[in-house]
Amino acid sequence: MACIEARGLRKSFGTTIALDGVNLRVDEGRIVGLIGPNGAGKTTAFNAILGLTPYQGELRVLGRDPWTERDQLMRDVCFIADVAVLPRWIRVSQALDYVTGVHPRFDRAKAEGFLTKTAIRHTSKVRELSKGMVTQLHLALIMAIDAKLLVLDEPTLGLDILYRKQFYDSLLNDYFDRSRTIVVATHQVEEVQHVLTDLMFIDRGRIVFDCSMEKVESRYLEVMVHPARLAAARALRPIHERQAFGRSILLFDHGDRQQLAALGELRTPSIADLFVAVVGNQSGQSQGASQ
Amino acid sequence: MNTPSNTVPESHAGSQAISPAVVTTWPLFWSIRRELWGNRSIYLAPLIAAAVFVFGFLINMIILRRRMHGVWTLDPAQQHEALAVPYEIAAALIMGTAFLVGIFYSLDTLYGERRDRSILFWKSLPVSDLTTVLAKVAIPLAILPLLSFVITVVTQLIMLLLSSVVLLGSGLSVAALWTHSSFFHVSLMLLYHLVTVHGLWYAPFYGWLLLVSAWSPRAPFLWAFLPPFVICGVEKIAFNTTHFLTMLQHRLTGPEVMTAPGSNLMVVIAALTPVEFLSEPGLWIGLAIAAAFLGTAVRLRRYRGPI
Repeated sequence: MACIEARGLRKSFGTTIALDGVNLRVDEGRIVGLIGPNGAGKTTAFNAILGLTPYQGELRVLGRDPWTERDQLMRDVCFIADVAVLPRWIRVSQALDYVTGVHPRFDRAKAEGFLTKTAIRHTSKVRELSKGMVTQLHLALIMAIDAKLLVLDEPTLGLDILYRKQFYDSLLNDYFDRSRTIVVATHQVEEVQHVLTDLMFIDRGRIVFDCSMEKVESRYLEVMVHPARLAAARALRPIHERQAFGRSILLFDHGDRQQLAALGELRTPSIADLFVAVVGNQSGQSQGASQ
Repeated sequence: MNTPSNTVPESHAGSQAISPAVVTTWPLFWSIRRELWGNRSIYLAPLIAAAVFVFGFLINMIILRRRMHGVWTLDPAQQHEALAVPYEIAAALIMGTAFLVGIFYSLDTLYGERRDRSILFWKSLPVSDLTTVLAKVAIPLAILPLLSFVITVVTQLIMLLLSSVVLLGSGLSVAALWTHSSFFHVSLMLLYHLVTVHGLWYAPFYGWLLLVSAWSPRAPFLWAFLPPFVICGVEKIAFNTTHFLTMLQHRLTGPEVMTAPGSNLMVVIAALTPVEFLSEPGLWIGLAIAAAFLGTAVRLRRYRGPI
């Protein structure tokens, strides 16, 4: 069953086109990374999915129209926006009380369990907490909600390296099960690489790449080419070439593994390198690289 | 809205029981509580006003006692002046404070949640824009009047007890004190005034303020008060009339404007029976306008994001 289905999703602010006909489908039980440069339309796409902004085109989230049924949808969807949005005056205990009071799927004991692992006290106000603690509190509230869809926009912004690692670990271990769906947008791609099941690139308001991680691993190969074999490697039409440590690194789409292995060391490209190759190649033109 | 929303089967919070239990939520109740947490001035301001007044009243009582030297020589009119008026002032002070708090609260609430971006958190929870706006309008229309009633009654009781103690043995009969303040009658009149005037008659004011608060890109105070000024000015220049201003004044002074001037507050209110009040067309027109303003505010909140 499709958790999110969008067809021809468009949104413009004055003359700026934020979403230029987005087509995407996210199935239940996937962990999708939405990667794109600033201003590519990630947040606008999320706002449309979460019913925070009107849009043109077709969009169904868990079978509902998010714009007209936001409050119903929010029983099954939770999200963390890209900046700290907890009101500064609220006490930790009040935040727990409030979410318990309005959310039928909130498990207070679970949230308190998360909080005991942190230095956050129940009597503290949000304004007294550090930036990282506010994010921890928000995550504790959100992860204690038994939702079908979790949308995260830069969830670990402002967190230190230890907590970021801990966050993705607990997302996988405590939160994710096969019936839940997670969509995450982040610039820290290396942190989510091993968490994702699917990868999407968004650029200039369009989805330019949509592929499962399994496919990414079987389809794309990076070769650190021996200088002597560079001409032969280039003849195989790599989609991207870059230099590192004085060697040429070529990225191949649908390359033949044995043939490439003869040219140099093979490895799976990182998401960042893949992004540069795919989005960089398409600059100026907007043909869909998906499928 | 005041009934529990749809129930959703859910495992019991706090226990690991697998058997599904029914969890009911009360979004309106919790949204109102949230407003009280976030705006403590709603109850602190009238409380402080009451405390300051009681302090002033105590000083007044002590001075009065010294002057008396145990002799009570005032005629009945002066007695009434000395004994009943402080209670009316106390009521007016607390009511006025609550009224001001209501104005500033209504003007800031929907603007403030956009300015501090917390609207994104509130909107991530299953609470509709209608529930949120209803919770917010309940503050000036229901919570503040009821709160100021309770605070006023308690304040007046404290004042009565204080003056009974201070004036004891001063020659003034404590019974006269209780008669003049006609405590329970006045309390009832006060409640009636708060419900009819502050809760119903002023509804369009608060509706307008919430609408401006939901809409304004910045400086909601200016957007709330400038348009009425401009309308009055243009009307005066163009037609040399003051209908809009008269209408605003009528709305502000309340439906009892027809009674004789100079009569005291409580008498004025007493003049208007519930039947007269409810058959006043101005009440229903005002409520309709308030509903239209609030409906627009609900719609606007749906479209508005953080600023």
